[in-house]
Amino acid sequence: MPVAPAPVPFPTISDDTPDKEYLYTLNFGPQHPATHTTLRLVLTLDGETIVKCVPDIGYLHSGFEKLGEDLDYNQYVTIVDRMNYISPIYNEIAWHHSVEKLLGIELTPRCKYIRTILGELARVSDHLLCVGAAALDLGGITAFLYAFNQREHIYNIIETMSGQRFHPSFTRVGGLMFDVNESWIDQIRKFVKDLPRAHDDITRLLNRNRIFIDRTKGVGYLSTEDAIRRGASGPVARGSGVVRDLRKDEPYLAYGDLDFNVIASKGGDCAARYLVRLEEIRESLKIIAQAVENIPSGPVNVDVAERFGIPDKGATYRSIEGLIQHFEMIMTNRRWEPPIEEVYGAVEAPNGELGFYVVSAGEGHAWRARCRPPSFIHFAMLPYLIEGHQISDVPAVIGSLNIIAAELDR
Amino acid sequence: MQTFKEALDKQFGEGKFLLQKFRDNNRVIVPAEHLLEVMGVLKSVCGFDMLSDVTAVDYLNYPGAVDRYHVVYVLTNTGTAERLIVKVPVNDPDPAVPSLTGMWIGADWIERECYDMFGIVFENHPDLRRILMPEGFASYPLRKDYPLRGRGERHNFETVLRSDS
Repeated sequence: MPVAPAPVPFPTISDDTPDKEYLYTLNFGPQHPATHTTLRLVLTLDGETIVKCVPDIGYLHSGFEKLGEDLDYNQYVTIVDRMNYISPIYNEIAWHHSVEKLLGIELTPRCKYIRTILGELARVSDHLLCVGAAALDLGGITAFLYAFNQREHIYNIIETMSGQRFHPSFTRVGGLMFDVNESWIDQIRKFVKDLPRAHDDITRLLNRNRIFIDRTKGVGYLSTEDAIRRGASGPVARGSGVVRDLRKDEPYLAYGDLDFNVIASKGGDCAARYLVRLEEIRESLKIIAQAVENIPSGPVNVDVAERFGIPDKGATYRSIEGLIQHFEMIMTNRRWEPPIEEVYGAVEAPNGELGFYVVSAGEGHAWRARCRPPSFIHFAMLPYLIEGHQISDVPAVIGSLNIIAAELDR
Repeated sequence: MQTFKEALDKQFGEGKFLLQKFRDNNRVIVPAEHLLEVMGVLKSVCGFDMLSDVTAVDYLNYPGAVDRYHVVYVLTNTGTAERLIVKVPVNDPDPAVPSLTGMWIGADWIERECYDMFGIVFENHPDLRRILMPEGFASYPLRKDYPLRGRGERHNFETVLRSDS
């Protein structure tokens, strides 16, 4: 038996297959432990080989984009949290990145550094889950538990900061909900010291594991041209050789000051995407370690005089500008007055390029809040990636694309 | 590699399409009949090789709006990280634009979602049907005349009893 199977040539959709008698239709239904939440595949099988795959999504569609037209720019952050629920802070950062671009706000340096640290923690959390789930779907439960143990530490850090573990709804227009304190910084330093050991454990468990490699190498191959043609981004694209990372190409927040590498691979298969994510955890730790030592002091929200955020209670009760600003922000018919314009802003979320196209009509809520969902665009590739493979490769490929149903359906 | 302004001027004549710039976004408004040609020029000559997003905005009762819908395409140049937003105005009745699945196969699902949510037909799309809403759904939810809480569809779903099958 060869050490690794030869890479599967890129399959093409064939039109004449599904009507043959011996083909069997299998419903890989919305309730299935390996589909990572509710998505449905209708597979046409020739024995165990998949001949055609038709996905059916929309089971988790909750009208997030319609809600974006009703909730205002600070309220909508609670909804945006719930899109990619594995790394919620990054969605908030992405949303407020676009809104602040629309309003023309420049954040304070302290806020930029804190948002960067939170973003990278979210990236570590997302990649740990994806790597752990990749192992879990293929049967390796230990790596999954090592990864989830570390994610508990991240949840504790976020809970220290905002009171909620999972959907902190922490960013606001022009800043953050609260400032952070020394205990948060100490927890992060401890996390940065402790994670590499778990990361090494996962690496030792999986990287040279015969079963894991056999099940992921050569499976779900995506070539570089196809990655670009299909709009892939994030680790899916970088695993196929498209070296594109918005943190370096369009620097935002504090990424311009920090030193880190972009990880890419030419492999194009599930194993390549897994390795890209694993290495990105290490790069994110580098970013966090640098940023947490260099957090600038100063205010975390933009100045009250710029009239974009709700001032803190000290300013509200002790200055007339703070009082006026507080009134303006709280009364529902006043709020912000953005320009009557539209803007597209994108950030490098752990899953890919997460962008928000925000159209404003001059009111406190958006006219249209469109989320460009990386999971949706990656899931569209699944029928092409999976054709010609076996049923047991489906969890491997879905896991490597990191499909999160709430972002898929919104 | 020319800038998109030079390439469009060269192909179509000076100032044929309205160009706008806001913050760091460059936008160009293209009528639907020229869309495929413009996209071809942008893809081949200017190097915009990735279609990042296709969406639509419903401008019913928007201050200063002229057309009902704009279909918005976000193009990215993976080599230079440059972005361009192309907007196509469309109107009722029968809003329709040509589909870009011939140039970027990744457009198929995104265009399906745009059709599902707004009812804008993408001509020559290989498989234009609803993607997020269930098949029998009769309205287009993201249009401005569709209310936030819906029209009671949640309570009127058809149920399939075990005795029927």
